[in-house]
Amino acid sequence: MKKRHALATRLWHWLNAVCFVVMFMSGLNIFNAHPRLYWGQWGFERQDAWLVLQRFPGWITIPQHYSLAEARLWHLLFAWPFAFGLLAFMVASLINRHFLRDLVTGRKEWRWSAIRADIVKHLKLDFDHPGAKFNFLQKLAYGVVIFILLPLMIFTGITMSPGMDANWHWLLAIFGGRQSARSIHFICAWTLVGFLVLHIVLVLLSGPVRQVREMITGGRIEQ
Amino acid sequence: MKRRSVLAGLGAFLVAGCSKLAQSGPVSSLLDAAEDWNRNLHELLGRRSALAREFTPADVSPDFRGNGTVQPPGAAYAAHQQAGFADWKLDVSGLVEHPLSLSLDQIKALPQRTQITRHDCVEGWSAIAQWTGPQLAQLLAMAKLKPEAKFIVFRCADNLNGQDYYESIDLIDAFHPQTIVAHALNGAPLPVKNGAPLRMRIERQLGYKHAKYLTGIEAVASLAGIGAGKGGYWEDRTGYEWYAGI
Repeated sequence: MKKRHALATRLWHWLNAVCFVVMFMSGLNIFNAHPRLYWGQWGFERQDAWLVLQRFPGWITIPQHYSLAEARLWHLLFAWPFAFGLLAFMVASLINRHFLRDLVTGRKEWRWSAIRADIVKHLKLDFDHPGAKFNFLQKLAYGVVIFILLPLMIFTGITMSPGMDANWHWLLAIFGGRQSARSIHFICAWTLVGFLVLHIVLVLLSGPVRQVREMITGGRIEQ
Repeated sequence: MKRRSVLAGLGAFLVAGCSKLAQSGPVSSLLDAAEDWNRNLHELLGRRSALAREFTPADVSPDFRGNGTVQPPGAAYAAHQQAGFADWKLDVSGLVEHPLSLSLDQIKALPQRTQITRHDCVEGWSAIAQWTGPQLAQLLAMAKLKPEAKFIVFRCADNLNGQDYYESIDLIDAFHPQTIVAHALNGAPLPVKNGAPLRMRIERQLGYKHAKYLTGIEAVASLAGIGAGKGGYWEDRTGYEWYAGI
């Protein structure tokens, strides 16, 4: 029997969901230590910041009280399954052809008329797309998350480490400096929250019980 | 709705659970163990001896933020400040063959290293400045470490919340070429807010390792028995990692 979701996909999906929530909430606690963002190599004064925020409230942070030390421990512990989980999922999905079969887009799908038709279908809450597992917008969203946003989180995260910066000067050069890297880290984190909200809304609109069950058991492909 | 209640339950578990989990034995030791994994991964991915990037004068930030203590308490420091730190002494002691007590003039007379580096605070901000001073390796060579010395402890004329500030590093960092005892910031004597008259520069580690208002350098075999035994003021007080390379 052919499963709709491969075991590797299901394991990573739930592992990543837990990791992302812990990373995001502990990350907000870390952000609270200096709730301002800058571009370039340096930045510490309010007038140089491009974003000045208040501290995020305790209910959305881990731990719930402000503790930079404890939040860093949570963040750096969950960074392990977060980063290596993504790596393992990528390797598995190359081997089981999940990426090639389900995520690769064809040139026809990039035509404006096709994209417009896809958007219209979404707005009508019509999620049937025979012939392929995902429609174009799904492929695009999952592709951006898996190949752009999550790797950016990991690599900008690595540049927060002065020890790694000493070894990998080139990585910080790519991001344009440590404060730029910190800003990109923050922007990608919130973009991923945006994806998460959209993802949950669309699951709720398209048969949530079946969707969640299939992401746990694997489901089966109807012949 | 099932998914929403699953998520709500997961969320409640996470926010309510994490604080309690963190205090339970196994999770607490997992969090601590991760600190060792992180250091080991660093040593796997790169070299501890790698040089931090050095910048050009054009990259220097217009100011260098003073953080933590910006004016040490007490009459003794105030008197030194009044006298322009003319009588300030830096002691090199502990597990060394030849204990030293150096004046600022003696320190400035040693071969100097000048480096323009980025300072990354654990809080998230960064500043770039030029630092000048002798390499710590040179002071340790003059004092000659005994073979049993494993760590270098920095003593400071700084008392924060009733505790003496101190920090410590291992010998890899102590003998790193960019580890210097700085007496000058951007070509001028160190300002008080940045640690006058002497502070450590431990490039490649976060700011709290860079002890300010330096009075003593002590070679020890173990960090147990110093402060609360975790190797530094913030390590003892709030649980910051001793290895601050992340």
